Amino acid sequence: MSNQTYTVIFYLFAAITVCSAAFVVFTRNVIYSAFSLLFTFFGVAALYVFLSADFIAVTQVVVYVGGILVLLLFGVMFTNSIMQAPQKSEVLHIIPGTLLLAGITGALLYTFYTTHGWMPSETTLQGSIVERIGFETMSRYVLPFEMVSILLLAALIGAAFLARFDKPGK
Amino acid sequence: MSSTALSQFSIPFLMGNNLNAWSEALAGFNLFGLPLGLVILAAIPLVFIALYSLTYGVYGERKISAFMQDRLGPMEVGKWGILQTLADILKLLQKEDIVPTSADKFLFVIGPGILFVGSFLAYAVLPFSPAFIGASLNVGLFYAIGIVALEVVGILAAGWGSNNKWSLYGAVRSVAQIVSYEIPAAIALLCGAMMAGTLDMQKITMLQSGSLGFAHFFLFQTPIAWLPFLIYFIASLAEVNRAPFDIPEAESELVAGYFTEYSGMKFAVIFLAEYGSMFMVSAIISIVFLGGWNSPLPNIGPLALNDLTNGPLWGAFWIITKGFFFIFVQMWLRWTLPRLRVDQLMYLCWKVLTPFAFVSFVLTAIWEVYVP
Repeated sequence: MSNQTYTVIFYLFAAITVCSAAFVVFTRNVIYSAFSLLFTFFGVAALYVFLSADFIAVTQVVVYVGGILVLLLFGVMFTNSIMQAPQKSEVLHIIPGTLLLAGITGALLYTFYTTHGWMPSETTLQGSIVERIGFETMSRYVLPFEMVSILLLAALIGAAFLARFDKPGK
Repeated sequence: MSSTALSQFSIPFLMGNNLNAWSEALAGFNLFGLPLGLVILAAIPLVFIALYSLTYGVYGERKISAFMQDRLGPMEVGKWGILQTLADILKLLQKEDIVPTSADKFLFVIGPGILFVGSFLAYAVLPFSPAFIGASLNVGLFYAIGIVALEVVGILAAGWGSNNKWSLYGAVRSVAQIVSYEIPAAIALLCGAMMAGTLDMQKITMLQSGSLGFAHFFLFQTPIAWLPFLIYFIASLAEVNRAPFDIPEAESELVAGYFTEYSGMKFAVIFLAEYGSMFMVSAIISIVFLGGWNSPLPNIGPLALNDLTNGPLWGAFWIITKGFFFIFVQMWLRWTLPRLRVDQLMYLCWKVLTPFAFVSFVLTAIWEVYVP
């Protein structure tokens, strides 16, 4: 495919990501908001593919769509009073909120305009990206990898402990 | 016109026997500057799903279930009832498209669509023949496991959109089941990926080819491989909501589960998605453990059966046959085993399949490292 086709497809996915993300924020229906998140996640996965990070793209789909989105939908569906609850809280901090928004937007724009441009790596990628990721996690980043797995194990045990029924005999 | 331009117009079937020759020729096929070949490439699995679920899926299942229960099955339309499915499809097409008044219109309509797209997307990485694969990704297997997530969202959309207690409970049960059984399934497939040392589906299949036929398949390569094979088969039954794990659509409890409210074409789309994912899991298990498009026949002395029965067309024949065999086993089990209860289902997943999957994972790793 030509370069122009790639550009068109890229802007298509970018538009899907931005529009669905805006829909997530602005819609009043919580269910629609959660389902719209699906398109945001897929758009972001597609953008990863454009960066040749296909492993991260698939991981994005597995973790965010298969895990987090399903959890969110379950939460929303089993909380049947969520549709009636007033979504505007009584505490409103308009001035600090606006300041925070302006500050973050300014910082992001500043970073973008001062450090934009690609920084190509000195070593070129040889062979499959999956192999590289595997070698790096098992060699240089083995300590963070193990720490994360212990943290997740602790979270898993904690969740199972909290969710289990108390036996009536106790 | 240069020779490269000429090759773009040549018919893919006349191309050589190189790896992915057909699909690459199709991908380069442009008509009036439009990438028409890419559309055809995506349409081939779609036509395959439609044809197979029409013939083998619906008609075959009805006939197989009938023979297992000593009945005749459909006999009225055409000889041996062959045209029964066609008649059913015509009926479904003519049906009025009913959307319940209190349903969430948008989710109700897009639910079956997302569901079908989810089951169809995995076909992109299934090698249908040595010369044909939709997209030869180097993360193919991981993608095929991960894209099921979309199906889950489609089921939830259909269940919630119907605004019906049965549908919602069916959807929630189905999603809980798919999400839990993904873990033993993924670990079992990881054992196969470990034996291959790659996630590329086409490479996994190529590593299992050889003149001894079935002896090169991963299932027969180590004494441990049958364990992840069995675990993946059981888990895949649960992932496609087939009996004995069909509690999401348990007729005696939930009417029909998440598609209770659907009728007409939307119902047909849901059925197509179900048959699509049935073939998908069957193809994945035959690619990872049973050599995909490789011929199982060995070369016996001067009788070179393996060489004779390998090639692009034979490859397509073998993988479809292997897939159909596993679908037959799925149907067979449906009429043999009673349905599990929800707690039994979760017990089987978390306390039986997952520990055994981990055991087989460690054993396969030890075997791969220490046994030459």
